[in-house]
Amino acid sequence: MPKKVVSGNYAAAYAAKHARVEVVAAYPITPQTSIIEKIAEFIANGEAEIQYVPVESEHSAMAACIGAAATGARAFTATSAQGLALMHEMLHWASGARLPVVMVDVNRAMAPPWSVWDDQTDSLSQRDTGWMQFYAENNQEVYDGVLMAFKIAETVNLPAMIVESAFILSHTYDIVDMPPQEEIDEFLPPRKPLYTLTDFDNPIAVGALGTPADYYEFRYKIEKAMEEARKVIKEVGKEFGERFGRDYSQMIELYKTDDAEFIFMGMGSLMGTVKEAVDLLRKEGYKVGAAKVRWFRPFPKKELYELAKNVEGIAVLDRNFSFGQEGILFNEAKGVLYNTDAHPIMKNYIVGLGGRDFTVSDIKIIAKNMKEIIEKGKLDREIEWYHLKR
Amino acid sequence: MEIPENVKKRLSIPFEENFFAGHTACQGCGAALGLRYVLKAYGKKTILAIPACCSTIIAGPWPYSAINANLFHTAFETTGAVISGIEAALKAKGYKVKGEDGVMVVGWAGDGGTADIGLQALSGFLERGHDALYIMYDNEAYMNTGIQRSSSTPYGAWTTNTPGGKKHFVEKRHKKKVIDIVIAHKIPYAATASIAFPEDFIRKLKKAQKIPGPSFIQLFAPCPTGWRSPTDKSIELARLAVQTAYFPLFEYENGKYKINMPNPKKEPKPIEEFLKLQGRFKYMTKEDIQILQEWVLKEWEELKKKAEIFG
Repeated sequence: MPKKVVSGNYAAAYAAKHARVEVVAAYPITPQTSIIEKIAEFIANGEAEIQYVPVESEHSAMAACIGAAATGARAFTATSAQGLALMHEMLHWASGARLPVVMVDVNRAMAPPWSVWDDQTDSLSQRDTGWMQFYAENNQEVYDGVLMAFKIAETVNLPAMIVESAFILSHTYDIVDMPPQEEIDEFLPPRKPLYTLTDFDNPIAVGALGTPADYYEFRYKIEKAMEEARKVIKEVGKEFGERFGRDYSQMIELYKTDDAEFIFMGMGSLMGTVKEAVDLLRKEGYKVGAAKVRWFRPFPKKELYELAKNVEGIAVLDRNFSFGQEGILFNEAKGVLYNTDAHPIMKNYIVGLGGRDFTVSDIKIIAKNMKEIIEKGKLDREIEWYHLKR
Repeated sequence: MEIPENVKKRLSIPFEENFFAGHTACQGCGAALGLRYVLKAYGKKTILAIPACCSTIIAGPWPYSAINANLFHTAFETTGAVISGIEAALKAKGYKVKGEDGVMVVGWAGDGGTADIGLQALSGFLERGHDALYIMYDNEAYMNTGIQRSSSTPYGAWTTNTPGGKKHFVEKRHKKKVIDIVIAHKIPYAATASIAFPEDFIRKLKKAQKIPGPSFIQLFAPCPTGWRSPTDKSIELARLAVQTAYFPLFEYENGKYKINMPNPKKEPKPIEEFLKLQGRFKYMTKEDIQILQEWVLKEWEELKKKAEIFG
């Protein structure tokens, strides 16, 4: 299989090209820029036939993508942090109009204070927009995620976001397997749109006024599509594994959880560090595992229950925070388990905000703390701002 | 009534109807009439993008549509961006865009959605050179949200957020010259039009279709509800706006200006004739009217000069 040493951003750009996207509308923002620069290069070199719209804002980037997708094209964009926040309104428009736009968001902290480093609050703030969200651990997952996202999005007619970490992935080079174009074409055939604006004999109106008599049902159908996405994600993930050797059939990737006393749970690039720490901790006698939540939307409820009922504790590592509440993944995970018989001790560690280093030794400290909590059977505190300079 | 073929041939306004009865516009709505002409000019091979504005509602709620063309409802500030995306997708899919046999992509937005919140996206659309047409239908306020001032609202006009009162608080700014901002982008074709001059409007629509690149039309469209004017006076008002030179008709084509007034030699009528039919100007004092009159004539002289120099 062809391999390339690429940054996370180049992995995203290659994936967009290999997915044969037809329209790209994007606005530059650090650290997303090299994605669209690479795509522009593909076009300039005649390597890809893409209509590239260099828009004047992220809001317009998403607007142009939804216009293109409604016209039947496969549309792609990428952004980060403030740009994603500016797009927010249009994210609703994409899901509401049932358009399978795919976007890469490079997770970056929100200002002020200005920060260009990793933090998941930008993407998690888009939680209720009706977009599917996939968190990549490494460059390979960025690449694979984009290819799968198009297939899943175009099957259930909902937009999808592939999320990668600022700099930790976006600007770090790693080996990425890229299947031959013919094989990708087989996996991802041209888009068959649910509707288009190009049937001129049978015109349609999209996004018209929905009165109270109908609006409710439109919302329900989006939820049905999210429910369908759970099945489709698993199928497409399995097919991807069969074709290309990397299986994504699980919405939560489990690592040494079978006999684990407690586990670490989180999303994105920090889970690579966690897995390494798990190996080391196991050598020190800790019975620990890791659970990487790949898909945050739809949220893997059943999978989380299956996992939670067999462990005594879950340390939820959130590189994000919902002010006035707690870490977002922690909040979601606790909520999911409330009406079940799974009641592990759950503690929320807020880590790595704004690109603060989060290392194997940090995880070891957290492991020690978790072990004490489990032995006592009582939380010391529910939420811990791990790095806080006290 | 069956119209004889020889009569049909003599008229420049197409007979084809793609805007149907059953729409939900108010009586005397200038915008509804404008939309009807657009669809007459371009027929069914049109993709319309409509942002938040009266026309969002006029087209009718799901599952109905009074518009017999493909229609994409979009967010307030996105008309320029959405038509850019639609055009790009059509090209990606191999469709011919613009030209007599091509697909017409038309953004149809009100003055608030164009002159204010949508100005950035309009500018982006214009400078990138997309093959599409942007029509700003100008009824001089945010009518859909209940008559609030926009930057296209004229001096002296009452609106719900520039109400008249003891301190005589009405709109104190002159109308923003959106068409001049558009022309500053040096696009191939921009024009003003009025629902009172449909032949002129249709001719301009046809021209916009033929000329490649982005085109823009600012269409004057009275709103009886917001202007506090009788519903049967909309055409008369639109005509008076032209005759008083309050809203002169002209074209800008590849650097050249051309004035298209019905009686080019005639001096403009006094602005009072336009103002007196509308309740929205009832707070204006004589001095206010004088201020507006002077502004209108100054702008008109400026336009004539442009046509003289760049004609």
